[in-house]
Amino acid sequence: MKHLLSTRDLDRETAVGILDIAEDMALTADREVRKLPTLRGRTVVNLFFEDSTRTRLSFESAAKRLSADVITFSAKGSSVSKGESLKDTAQTLQAMGADAIVVRHHGSGAAHQLAHAGWIDAHVLNAGDGTHEHPTQALLDAFTMRQRRYGADSRGRDLSGMRVVIVGDIVHSRVARSNVWLLTTLGAEVHLVAPRTLLPAGVETWPVTVHEHLEPALALRPDVVMMLRIQQERMHAAFFPSGREYAREWGLTAERFAALGPDTMVMHPGPMNRGLEISSAAADSSASTVLAQVTNGVFIRMAVLYLLVAGSQEASA
Amino acid sequence: MSARTVLHDADIARALRRIAHEILESRRGDGRLVLLGIPTRGTVLAERIQAVIDDIEPGVSSAGSLDITLYRDDLARTPTRAPQPTRIPAGGIDDAIVVLVDDVLYSGRTVRAALDALADHGRPRAVRLAVLVDRGHRELPIRADFVGKNLPSATSERVSVRLADVDGVEEVTIEP
Repeated sequence: MKHLLSTRDLDRETAVGILDIAEDMALTADREVRKLPTLRGRTVVNLFFEDSTRTRLSFESAAKRLSADVITFSAKGSSVSKGESLKDTAQTLQAMGADAIVVRHHGSGAAHQLAHAGWIDAHVLNAGDGTHEHPTQALLDAFTMRQRRYGADSRGRDLSGMRVVIVGDIVHSRVARSNVWLLTTLGAEVHLVAPRTLLPAGVETWPVTVHEHLEPALALRPDVVMMLRIQQERMHAAFFPSGREYAREWGLTAERFAALGPDTMVMHPGPMNRGLEISSAAADSSASTVLAQVTNGVFIRMAVLYLLVAGSQEASA
Repeated sequence: MSARTVLHDADIARALRRIAHEILESRRGDGRLVLLGIPTRGTVLAERIQAVIDDIEPGVSSAGSLDITLYRDDLARTPTRAPQPTRIPAGGIDDAIVVLVDDVLYSGRTVRAALDALADHGRPRAVRLAVLVDRGHRELPIRADFVGKNLPSATSERVSVRLADVDGVEEVTIEP
């Protein structure tokens, strides 16, 4: 594997392989020394054109745990604000000797462009491109589901038989897209719930069941309920009448949460809008995996960096 | 030319039994023994040696595995390989006598990586090395404390250890 751009490119075997390596990475967290020498002498650049706290910190911490040198670049306060193009920025980083570039960009397809335009030969990891994909988020979600379900017996397993309900702003959500491809590849059954205005065109061709209302989906006794963030920064039109109405119709309120099965996981990619898509009762409960998702994010990113960057270029190309 | 079997299953069992005795003899005092096998076959051997030790002197030893994939010095030259699980027995390795166990000792680079990995898990009182076969050709100043069989070989020859638990047959072969 040379790049990680989309979960659509992953087959079951590769995806389970990444989750298994993440299990090994997780084991290193309880040791006396958490650092591994694996990527010593390699340089990982975080190229962030869009604001992010947890993804950037997560990648940074993953690369540092593997002993890579990390350079973090955020578009604010850089030459990008002087009008430098993605191409020129990327080539500058290449000239500085980047082995891998972790890119987040507001344009869908930016990571693909960076990987395939022939500008650079570093490995490219997509950390979110527009409304297209966010593969490491989906991988860490799958890892979290598998670990909650199977615990120490997780290795080698996929998510067959698990029913996952993803609720909210599907149209703007790269997390939802990456999850739909990955979770179905891993054998899970995926349901989407959203007001019609927040469903993307062409959703009927996805391998999912679509519901307009939350109750019928929750009545299916899902194993996982994943609430998506209402992305106010991407909403330039009126997608629903008001926040209060959204919370009432599609939010995981305390009442809806109380009616869920005892083993149902509540997931959220963060940052949460409490009181809008998720109630504090749900977010702070033991069913919530929100903090586990953050912890697991580092292990997944370590696994992906290891897979992409550690081996020889010729062999992994 | 075909492979020549240098150790049969009875020879392997005898060698492991002797190594177990030697490890116990060298223990001196009340040191806790932790046998850590290097996956895949080292782990199997560590468990077998530990079972023998436990028969002779119950309760002084435990077995686990130590994966060294992430510590290899040839990572950048080979295709990426998936790491194997590391299992450190309860109680950890601090102040224990750790015996690293591997099937074949050759260049010594695996053992070098294992020593690095070990240091990240704690500080043992002492570290020893047990191998089923020592085939020579060291590239680093490393030697084994307990050896099942010294097997002089040419670098062009291929030494294979097969164990019933992993490979279905139990033998050590050398082929040109």
